[in-house]
Amino acid sequence: MKGRRKSTTVAVLLLIAAFTGSVLALHQVDTIRGKQATLEEVLYIPSGKTLKRLSLGYSSLLADIYWTRAVQYFGQKHQQEALHYEMLDPLLDITTDLDPHLIIAYEFGSIFLSQPAPAGAGQPEKAAALVEKGIRANPTYWRLYFTLGYIHYFDRKDYKAAREAFQKGSEMPGAYFWMKVMAAEMAQRAGENSFATEIWSHLYESTQDAMVKDNARQHLTALSMEREIEEIQRRVETFRQRTNRLPAGWYDLVRAGLLQGVPVDPLNNPLKLMPDGTIQVADPAKIPFLTKGLPPGWKRPVKHQ
Amino acid sequence: MQTPALEILGLAKSYAVGFLRKTLKPALQPLHLAVEEGETFGFLGPNGAGKTTTLKLLMGIVFPTSGAARILGHDFHDPDIKKQIGFLPEQPYFYDYLSAPELLDYYAQLCGVSSDARRKKIPELLERVGLGDVGKTQLRKFSKGMLQRVGIAQAIIHDPKIVFLDEPMSGLDPLGRREIRELLQELKQQGKTVFFSTHILSDAEALCDRVAVIHKGELRGIGVVEDLRSKTNARTEVVWQGSGALVSIAHLVTETHATGEIIRAVASAQDLDMILEKLRQQRAQLISVTPVHGTLEDYFLTHTSEPETVKA
Amino acid sequence: MSSRLAAITFNTFREAVRDRVLYNLIIFVLLLVASAPLFGQISIGLEKLILVNVGLTSISIFGIIIAIFIGIGLVSKEIEKKTLYTILSRPVRRWEFITGKYLGLVLTLVVNAVFMTIGFFVALFIATRTFTRDDAGLLLAIYFIILQFFIVTAITLLFSSFSSPIFSAVFAFALFVIGTFAEDLRNFAALAQGVTKWLATGAAWLVPNFSALNVISQVAHGDPIRPQLVLFNTVYALLYSVAAMAVAVLIFERRNLK
Repeated sequence: MKGRRKSTTVAVLLLIAAFTGSVLALHQVDTIRGKQATLEEVLYIPSGKTLKRLSLGYSSLLADIYWTRAVQYFGQKHQQEALHYEMLDPLLDITTDLDPHLIIAYEFGSIFLSQPAPAGAGQPEKAAALVEKGIRANPTYWRLYFTLGYIHYFDRKDYKAAREAFQKGSEMPGAYFWMKVMAAEMAQRAGENSFATEIWSHLYESTQDAMVKDNARQHLTALSMEREIEEIQRRVETFRQRTNRLPAGWYDLVRAGLLQGVPVDPLNNPLKLMPDGTIQVADPAKIPFLTKGLPPGWKRPVKHQ
Repeated sequence: MQTPALEILGLAKSYAVGFLRKTLKPALQPLHLAVEEGETFGFLGPNGAGKTTTLKLLMGIVFPTSGAARILGHDFHDPDIKKQIGFLPEQPYFYDYLSAPELLDYYAQLCGVSSDARRKKIPELLERVGLGDVGKTQLRKFSKGMLQRVGIAQAIIHDPKIVFLDEPMSGLDPLGRREIRELLQELKQQGKTVFFSTHILSDAEALCDRVAVIHKGELRGIGVVEDLRSKTNARTEVVWQGSGALVSIAHLVTETHATGEIIRAVASAQDLDMILEKLRQQRAQLISVTPVHGTLEDYFLTHTSEPETVKA
Repeated sequence: MSSRLAAITFNTFREAVRDRVLYNLIIFVLLLVASAPLFGQISIGLEKLILVNVGLTSISIFGIIIAIFIGIGLVSKEIEKKTLYTILSRPVRRWEFITGKYLGLVLTLVVNAVFMTIGFFVALFIATRTFTRDDAGLLLAIYFIILQFFIVTAITLLFSSFSSPIFSAVFAFALFVIGTFAEDLRNFAALAQGVTKWLATGAAWLVPNFSALNVISQVAHGDPIRPQLVLFNTVYALLYSVAAMAVAVLIFERRNLK
């Protein structure tokens, strides 16, 4: 069968040559298109919702593919220490449109988005919007609230919004108790004394854990002190409006009928009335978690427990 | 000595069967035969004997497990020698979207027939096989008999030296069969070698110079038709009067037929003496004793009923 | 040799043309393209964009469906109907047969694409009343779609050289889908480790890359396509098809036909 041997040889040689050539050509094609060639189309997709309809029920798989692309995209940009991650948000948006229950896309995606450039996209607003989208689709998943609270707290410094997120999340099934703690912390930073007190009181009452109880008590003490300082501050202002000058000492306020006596801190040390009218505690280091009545520039030393 | 037109040198084919493809089922045992140029050779056997397998092997449709063959002196897989081969498969089916002239034109092209030759030969050939008036009708509208004629036409359009036909008469009415027989005789007159397989023995008897009998993948006999006919046991027909005598010789005869008192029976020649003696004892009246010529059918039946190892 | 090859190619083309199925599909596509202006009524300003997207996607998808649908029967039908017997008894080499079938089907698909393109441009003209320079890009997109046909037909024939029509269709379609996500496969291979990495990398280069040949979105938005891309895509598609057909020939030459 000479003929067949010859055509076999030709076919095998052709196969090797053609396949090798095709791989080389493909390599060239890749180079020309650029590394994220597949993602070009992302710019052209009108909406993830359309894509979802087109995917004929396999949207969940497609979501996974887009999530993988988002991770790849982020990884490459991150490595290059890029300053612009333009396609990250669209990719994540499409991913979550395709599969609104893909929690990791919200959780990790929002972290990629919120981290400041060049580590991340530096788009905390977009990150928050993404997590809020995730919460709308998964309202009882408490971790999303945590992620949202974290973004508000860490990247946006919006403590009120953070408190809201942590508080709402703490009510969701399975939420870890420290969601409440975070909510309370945020409330305090936001100056929302009543919220903070409310949460700490609740924690104090509901917990069996001695350490947590003690922690809550300390917070409540600090908060109570802060309320008092605020109240005293208001009385000082009243005095100033009446007399057009700042009180020289506590007795001015007592004589004016605005105070009963010298106010003291929880350790029974008298508070200090400064010449500029502000209130300070004697030794802030002894009152943990106090955020008001501190000397300007004073930093709480880090406790090693 | 002239090169045989066809030499089959131990061609054999086994198929791997079973779930794990471990068992080998032989479809054709190593076959040896030769066909001279100009012969019309019949390849006989019951269904499933291996006739079609042999033809498929020769055409290169399946590959042999062992053995080889030579056609017109060349290796049977040599593509160029196929210009000299014509083939009509069993119960053929042709591209039903083509018309008969288109089909022949296509096939002729594949054999390298020039366009001038095609233009001239195709209408002639269609006329010759009795399809002169089909025009542009698509083959899907053809009857079985018409398809068979197209089949013969495509087998000879390129004027090959040797033609292989698998059951060329199948599905034809007696008129059709006669016409095809005439065509085959024409081929023979043109000096072509014709190799055809069939299980219709009367056709083989009428057309073939030599035949081979194949059964269960094995060659059971080969030779000139006359010789094979006479190889079968000679038989005799005996006619007598006296039904009572039948009983005593019933075990020696077959095909008994009684019309009143007249009995007709057939017996083998060697038992004749004993039969006549018995009839005489029974006082039966002998009417006639006539030799019956062996037929190819007898030879066929003998060699395809029990397993035996027979050489030509 | 070449006359035999040409004869088989032309006969395959003739068979496809006389097969009524093809006409139904073409009519369907034409209807689709003709109805595209209706989509434009729904979203103002995006009429041309939608028409281009629908039109080009239809040409691509239906062409691929036709390629697979007819391709799976090319060899199996001849075996089943035994028409192959009378072909092989002639001086036709097996490789000539299967290559002729391939070329015949590709020719059919190209002609088919030409008709659909004409219909598409007619619809485009009706919708927009004018042609711009960007429309040359549309022709380029169709050229790439035709390159896809080359590859799909080759892989369909490859599978049908040894497996039944249904399996061939399934495998060919599956390979098409995987090929559309070839770059994701490559991303996956980049992330994976060990044996999985090697397997995935091998698969990523082995699988035909259809995403590189799909420029419909770009063209719909009027973005230019670089000439080097055209060159290398052409080379890739042709070489890949040759490689696939070489495998098909190797398999088919050894096959015992029933």
